[in-house]
Amino acid sequence: MDRVLPQPTPETQHFWDGCKAGELRLQRCTDCKDAYFPPRPFCPKCGSRSVEEFKATGRGFLYSYVINHRPRPDLGTEPHSIAVVQLDEGPRMMTNIVGCPQTPEALKLDMPVEVTFQSFSDDISLPFFQPVGA
Amino acid sequence: MKRNSVAVVGAAETTEMGRIPNVSVMGLHADAALNALKDAGLKPTDIDGVATAGASPVELAHYLGITPTYADGTSVGGCSFMLHVRHAAAAINEGLCNTVLITHGESGRSRVGAGGRFGGGGGSSLSGQFEAPYGPVGPPSMFTIPVLRYMKTNGVTEEDLAMVAVVQREWAALNPRASFKEPITVDDVLDSRMIAWPFRMLMCCLVTDGGGALILTSAERAKDFPQKPVYILGTGESVETPMVSQMEDFNSSKAFRVSGKKAFDEAGIKHSDVDHLMIYDAFAHLPLYGLEDLGFCKPGEAAGFINERNTAIGGKLPLNTNGGGLSYMHSGMYGMYAMQESVRQLRGIAPAQVPNAKISIAHGVGGMFAASGTIVFSNEKG
Repeated sequence: MDRVLPQPTPETQHFWDGCKAGELRLQRCTDCKDAYFPPRPFCPKCGSRSVEEFKATGRGFLYSYVINHRPRPDLGTEPHSIAVVQLDEGPRMMTNIVGCPQTPEALKLDMPVEVTFQSFSDDISLPFFQPVGA
Repeated sequence: MKRNSVAVVGAAETTEMGRIPNVSVMGLHADAALNALKDAGLKPTDIDGVATAGASPVELAHYLGITPTYADGTSVGGCSFMLHVRHAAAAINEGLCNTVLITHGESGRSRVGAGGRFGGGGGSSLSGQFEAPYGPVGPPSMFTIPVLRYMKTNGVTEEDLAMVAVVQREWAALNPRASFKEPITVDDVLDSRMIAWPFRMLMCCLVTDGGGALILTSAERAKDFPQKPVYILGTGESVETPMVSQMEDFNSSKAFRVSGKKAFDEAGIKHSDVDHLMIYDAFAHLPLYGLEDLGFCKPGEAAGFINERNTAIGGKLPLNTNGGGLSYMHSGMYGMYAMQESVRQLRGIAPAQVPNAKISIAHGVGGMFAASGTIVFSNEKG
């Protein structure tokens, strides 16, 4: 079964283009300087339309997660992590933690993680995270 | 309606009109909103009420960075915005909020981010793009995501989570209409089927069929009805985010805090005045968040509060006395059942009646920490 994939909008296209190019792209407000996610063409803190895209470090730490045991055919049959990482730039994003066993013992809260991309179609690569050095 | 008591102070349309292939539905809402805010000389943070149709007011508020105490999602077709104006006028007069933003955005021609033929954002919504691809299967694997952070912050254990379900089963045993009445232990809960670690089946709500209804009228008329009146002493509401991954703080729900504080302020009561409490328990962690975010416990102390049997039969704060979503019933939108139990308690006819209950609070969650509503009921007109 094909993986459920995002359908980009004009406001998010730069993010998905970045993933395809192997870059995690965030946005920040040029007025209040805050980085934010998910993408939108204005700052959710101050309402300014003066925003810019930038390449994030792709590093962060494991903020929280569950290990899903319910069937989700497009992700296979084994239990898998559904995680939220906090990026070094501040924003948090949902992801899967890959490159390690999907167990509570291997998935330690606050462990450093780094982004890795996996291509699922000509247009979409999903950003996953793996333990640093995995 | 009180005549001439409320005014329009900002009004604007989207920057472009006609054919706009480069802006999604939510982008059109935001563009119109930012133009109207500029027209009024306001910032998004000056807004404390939101109303929209088509899109969700939760999505709108979070997209714009608004923390409202009033959210109206009335959607009855093209005249929805007239109803929004009317409801906003009532809300402002009633003190629910001060400044309401009403938006419309529709990509009627270009269909950008307009979702599938059945409406909704689908795969182009922010949740569809930035959460759905990672494998969540409904609330059991989404609503539960914040809890590991909460547990680490507060030293809460899996046994503590299980105890929430154990105590509520004790209440359910007193209720002939409860779906599950057999006693359970912490071990029973921990040994039940794994759903989304650390959540086991008995930490998740039931899935059942049912319904409920309420009828409200003025307090003046209420005394002429056959049943003992249950008065609305205070109310609160708020919304935070349609994406659980974007909650401001995984240790606490902002929507719970804002809604709860507004309800307490309106009611003019102290926590010690509350005789009975309902907290929507879709999952075992919700009573923990609810007790803390409503101010009944300090951050991190709710698990101990439950372990010490304060919310159990005979405790000082009877909680979820129908057995809750975990043991009584849960048909999908349980908030109605929480209020039904508050009304039964204040009429004095609940199966697990709290002696002399005078003030009951029903606190609900919407979506996955997306929204919150709090109602303070009293059986004394005061």
